[in-house]
Amino acid sequence: MNAARKLACVVVVGVCAVSLAANWLAPSGYAKQFREAPSAPPSHQHRLGTDEVGRDRFARVLYGTRISLLLAPAAALVSTVLAALVGGLAGYLGGIWLRLARGCTDLFLSLPWLFLLITVRALLPLNVSPLLSVLITFLILGLLGWAASARVLSTSADALRNSDFILQARASGLHGPRLFLVHVLPNLKPVLYAQFWISIPVFILSEANLGILGLGVAEPLPSWGSLLRELEGLISFREEPWRLVPLLLLIVVMTSFQMLLSNEEVTA
Amino acid sequence: MNGTGRRAFLRLILCGALACLALTSGAAFSQSGGELRFCLRSEPKTFDPLLVDDDSSLAIRYLTGGVLVRANRKTQDLEPELAESWKVSKDGKQITFKLRHGIAFSDGSPFFSDDVAFTMQRLMDPALHTSTGDAFRSGSGAVSTKIIAPDQISILFPAPIAGLERLFDQVAIMSAHSPKKEAAVLGPFLVAEYKAGSSVLLRRNPNYWKKDSQGHRLPYLDSIRLDIQSNRDVEMLRFRRGELDLINVLDGDYFDRLAASSPGLAHDAGASLDPDFMWFNQVASAPIPEYKRAWFRSTNFRRAISQAINREDLSRLVFNGHAQPAVGPVSPANKFWFNNKLKAEPYRPDSALKRLEADGFHLQNGALFDKTGNAVEFSIVTNAGSKPRERMAVMVQEDLGKLGIKVNVVTLDFPSFIERIKQKFNYEAAMLGFRNVDLDPNGQMNIWLSSAEDHAWNPQQKSPETAWEAEIDRLMRAQASTADPKKRKESFDRVQEIAAEQAPLIYLVNQNALSAVSSAVEGANPGILSPQTFWNAERLTLNASTRASR
Repeated sequence: MNAARKLACVVVVGVCAVSLAANWLAPSGYAKQFREAPSAPPSHQHRLGTDEVGRDRFARVLYGTRISLLLAPAAALVSTVLAALVGGLAGYLGGIWLRLARGCTDLFLSLPWLFLLITVRALLPLNVSPLLSVLITFLILGLLGWAASARVLSTSADALRNSDFILQARASGLHGPRLFLVHVLPNLKPVLYAQFWISIPVFILSEANLGILGLGVAEPLPSWGSLLRELEGLISFREEPWRLVPLLLLIVVMTSFQMLLSNEEVTA
Repeated sequence: MNGTGRRAFLRLILCGALACLALTSGAAFSQSGGELRFCLRSEPKTFDPLLVDDDSSLAIRYLTGGVLVRANRKTQDLEPELAESWKVSKDGKQITFKLRHGIAFSDGSPFFSDDVAFTMQRLMDPALHTSTGDAFRSGSGAVSTKIIAPDQISILFPAPIAGLERLFDQVAIMSAHSPKKEAAVLGPFLVAEYKAGSSVLLRRNPNYWKKDSQGHRLPYLDSIRLDIQSNRDVEMLRFRRGELDLINVLDGDYFDRLAASSPGLAHDAGASLDPDFMWFNQVASAPIPEYKRAWFRSTNFRRAISQAINREDLSRLVFNGHAQPAVGPVSPANKFWFNNKLKAEPYRPDSALKRLEADGFHLQNGALFDKTGNAVEFSIVTNAGSKPRERMAVMVQEDLGKLGIKVNVVTLDFPSFIERIKQKFNYEAAMLGFRNVDLDPNGQMNIWLSSAEDHAWNPQQKSPETAWEAEIDRLMRAQASTADPKKRKESFDRVQEIAAEQAPLIYLVNQNALSAVSSAVEGANPGILSPQTFWNAERLTLNASTRASR
């Protein structure tokens, strides 16, 4: 592991650890409104000031980071598993299955995702708790975000299918699910890892986009999307630089995720 | 001074006077042309002036529709437009208009009394379901028209309608004969181009009848570009960059920033007529649990919710003090019709809890339960993109949380939101604002009549489902059926009292009328009545040099 990856690892682990310690670091919670101090600058009581309705921004950043950093990998896992099933199997089976899978992925990729997400979000039941709404949001992202990864995986699996060691395994009498699980899937690991790591920032940003449209995680639960939404009204960075903290955190974490990829995974 | 010198001096004065006259008379004309740009906050739902029901369509109707009489948005007086005069019969059932001569629609079709007859017949067609038409429904029976001459028409109503002439401010006349139908207009502008989701381009109506005092045909502007932009931050940014000339309704925090940096561009016209409010779904067929419908139909429950909301905080935090706690359907800014006996509901959580306990609700481990043991939880839907409304919803969530009520705030894109509250009724509580375009209570018939489409909490009732709604129906019809202002005021005062007692709509705040007008726009005079900044659009001019320097 090179120094850059080590640093990235430390950053991601550090940010995760701090966000998990939110209960101790920000005991006032993310929802409490200090109405006597709206839009307050940083102080001893509110380290990053307060938002427009007086909620402690430091607490919201910590809890928002926790939500985005825990649920984006979960959504990435869902999408990578789906991609492995659809793309990996289609590539392994080849022929009509491969063509069918590629047709499906092309169709999925050509859909107007933002509008589809907004529509799906609008169709959801209204009376769900904020926590459930955030789970649903990331689950939708995971369920809808598999196509690009599946396309990559199908190509890799297709190449593996015709490789010498697979032919040898077939000649040795190994076939069916066992061949897929023992020889194909392990060799798809670098691609799967790469797709998993790449998906995380994509889902974080997708949630952020939905948040900016006001359609992301339900209030009062914070997420990076809803925190970034505060920047919409920022006319000058100099006036309130502390409001940029969520954006800086997003940049640092996204960069760290990219740096975490090994050379092999980057090539894959 | 000798005779020659005096003559020369007089000539000089005369020349000077003529030069001044020429300069002043040509001032507006020399600045003619150009494209005014501002934003619509949502997609216009319709271009049919009789079906208008949303803010964006209202703005387009105002700019394109020709009306018989127009309420001046500044003086609040009625002014003749397509009708040069009018007369209301003593019994208040009939109005006779004398129309102007030589007026043509934008496509060249001439304007006569049969166009007015056609418009009224279409407006009052029960199959059309128009909120504009609801205001004219004061009694059962058909509305008839009688063409006296090509330039004279009488309209007869089955029952007297008070303030009748003022209602015609909302009726854009359509052509009875033009093949272009609603695209043929009598207003200063016409719809030239519509790009769904992007913009509406209005061009000057070449046949617009109005001229300025120097005889120049209005409007001065060549066109108006209305960009469809729901994001108010983007709207503000574009205004600051000089890409937009007007912001019709400005949020409090932006107003403060703009006032700090460019005080001349920010305008506060005081408390507006427009309330923001929330309500509970009381529709019998709505897909919500029966026990929740029972809460929502309970007066005590609604009043308790109203008392548990801190309106002072809403005004102070969400609008930076540029709003007043709302009292009811009439803003205190409406001096004549406002019921002075009423006050905004004060923040009284203790009293709210007592009301809830009277209905069998009880607190248990910090959570509120009804008498059958159901935890009190409901969702408030509002439209995404409106930051003030989203913030208000979050504050209401916190206020009600103190009573042990769990509130889920849901923001939806505008079409989905409207579909839920108007068609499917698949919601529990909603938060929205009304744009009052008229001072007269007749303008609110579409809200208060139980049969009306905009009777938000339980629309289009075949017959009033509650005694108090029946009473409101009777009072609204009574005030609309008499020409005596005192009797009308008494009736409408009582409507306001019932609205306060029953709280079918929980009024939150009346925002101040805040707007922004670019220094390049000349002739703007923002007021509290909608449309605040462009009510005199036909007389607005653009100063090209100022605009270029922005």
